[in-house]
Amino acid sequence: MNTQLLLIQVFNGLVSGAFYALLSLGLAVIFGMLRIVNFMHGALYMLGAFTAFALGQAFGLGFWPSLLLAPLIVAGIGMVLERGLLSRLYGLEPSYNLLLTFGLTLLTQDLVKQVMLSQYAVSSAPYTPPAVLSGVVNLGFVVFPKYRLFVIGLSLLICLITWFVIEKTRVGAIIRASTENPGVTRAFGIDVGKWVTGVFGVGVGLAGLAGVLAAPIYSVEPYMGAELIITTFAVVVIGGMGSILGSVITGFAVGVLAAIGAFFYPPIANTLVFILMALVLLVRPSGLFGLPEGAR
Amino acid sequence: MHKKTLTALVSTAFCAAVTVALAQSARLSDNTVRVGVLTDLSGVYSELSGQGSVRAAQLAAQDFMAANPSYRGKVQVVGVDHQNKADVASNKAAEMIDRQNVDMLVDLPTSSAALAASEVAKSKKIPVMVVTGGTTALTNEKCNKYTFHYAYDNYMLANGTGTAVTKRGGNSWYIIYPNYAFGQDLNRQMMAAVTENKGRMVTQSDATPFPNTDFSSYLLKAQGLRPKVFGTMQAGADLVNVVKQYNEFGLRQQGIGLGIGLLFETDVAALGQDAFAGALATVPWYWNLDQRSRTWAAKFEKSFGKKPTWAQAGVYSATMTYLNAVARAKSDGGDAVVKALEGHRFSDFYARSAYIRPQDHRVILDVYTVQVKPRSQAKEAGDIFTKVSTIPAARAFQPLSESKCKF
Repeated sequence: MNTQLLLIQVFNGLVSGAFYALLSLGLAVIFGMLRIVNFMHGALYMLGAFTAFALGQAFGLGFWPSLLLAPLIVAGIGMVLERGLLSRLYGLEPSYNLLLTFGLTLLTQDLVKQVMLSQYAVSSAPYTPPAVLSGVVNLGFVVFPKYRLFVIGLSLLICLITWFVIEKTRVGAIIRASTENPGVTRAFGIDVGKWVTGVFGVGVGLAGLAGVLAAPIYSVEPYMGAELIITTFAVVVIGGMGSILGSVITGFAVGVLAAIGAFFYPPIANTLVFILMALVLLVRPSGLFGLPEGAR
Repeated sequence: MHKKTLTALVSTAFCAAVTVALAQSARLSDNTVRVGVLTDLSGVYSELSGQGSVRAAQLAAQDFMAANPSYRGKVQVVGVDHQNKADVASNKAAEMIDRQNVDMLVDLPTSSAALAASEVAKSKKIPVMVVTGGTTALTNEKCNKYTFHYAYDNYMLANGTGTAVTKRGGNSWYIIYPNYAFGQDLNRQMMAAVTENKGRMVTQSDATPFPNTDFSSYLLKAQGLRPKVFGTMQAGADLVNVVKQYNEFGLRQQGIGLGIGLLFETDVAALGQDAFAGALATVPWYWNLDQRSRTWAAKFEKSFGKKPTWAQAGVYSATMTYLNAVARAKSDGGDAVVKALEGHRFSDFYARSAYIRPQDHRVILDVYTVQVKPRSQAKEAGDIFTKVSTIPAARAFQPLSESKCKF
């Protein structure tokens, strides 16, 4: 009975792990390529969920079109921010972009809250999964919501595609080159600025996607990203800042770990990730999959 | 003779007029009664109290001035944000009393903030009427001569819902609660109410992190344990997530009911009433309880643009009760008003059969066990509750014999 319950929790942990993985993947792409610590990632995740909700309210768009459209809109917003604001801070200390993105987070949250209160009279709104994915399925060892299975599957697929594009394709090679040595890359006739904007767009687009996926599970509310982002940063640090594979594996692992924690001693569930972070940093200061700063 | 009578008459009339005038000019500090609404204007409880509570207190002030012309222009309302933080609540309370000359504090969502402000008010000798804070400590070990607990508390919630659900056949429970003062207290009270009614706990309650978004672990645990009731002591945004995921995991279809510790109208609005349909909760009031309540609610809605929550309506009632006490005491001095409040019996659109217990300052009133209607049964927007039973004031709250309060 107890072993079975434990196995169920491990399986269940993959769902929250999927969100950690998608979010930290975006953060890792942005940090690894652009050296931007994007504190706004949580707010953009929330914006993904909110956009999906708003598209449904305003145009009657269902889950599937929103799953495609909302991340694109969020990516667009991200690219505008990168061009308009963040790009002005390149070359300055990282604390400047941290402050800017933190400020933008507060601004976005309050703005969304105001919009929701004035337009929909509530600041926390329901969002339901598409009919085909609603309901539960009996997996033999547990009765589990279909939608959550879909989240695990899609998230794995997206992580795989992102990893493949960056590590194995020509596009990925250009991206890696433009961040390692912008001068030389430019000499090959490549517009580095455009690539940087594009990468930032993809990174925040992933956050937007996670937001849409989260909307049917958690309620859509202005502060939904605030809590998650702290854990996600811990995941990125554990995995090794900027390591794509590291953030994906650590993301899923932390989700499972938290679920096991909740099984044995619930109050510790949310603290476990920080204990793990402290331990990893003691042993490997550059994270599990990160290279030491000098080796870059 | 005739002249003498006239003089006597005139002088008597003059004396009478002077007496009346003297009686009417209450001894008000700086000639004004200032009501301080200390509330959450920006955070998680801002929708269920917040600006709506400030508006409710303003309406009470207006209605009071209309009924008592001698107070016209002498009642003012100040609204301040305590951000649900105990230290901020403490500082703001002191600032409102010292700098803004506030004569009383009202509302106080978040138990920790309410306790902090109550300490300050005690040292400054200013009455506090806690409406939206839930901890029973306010009228037990942390009670004081200047603090009154209006509307609800954790004992009343547990006593109402725990008893009602258990008696209707929900006699085996698994409870989760947020791990802070409010949740721990409510869990204790709820377990006591369940066991007292011959129900049992299938396993010990689980403390969840606070705040928290993902409750799937506990829902899966419930699936395995198969209690008749999944009890959630979460509130606000956390409660909304619990209920959403309760439906997602199909617990209702598996025969596991939902027991809710604290429920506000705004939580139901956030998720749609179908998600909550069938759930039982205990409330001190709701807007379409009866015609009197509806009339007041319509007035509030006209002024604020939204229907009142029971917290906001409670702020109106508490403010009015305070102002009436000021009128009876003919003073806004803390000690005089406290004396006028203690032992007072009254009944308004909100507080029925109400009595302010002098021994612990618990304001007892009739409360209601309600069931959330499915949307299809709602007759109009916001029609969410069906009354299951009225719990009379005398039975709704912790009996005086159990109180740990010593002034």
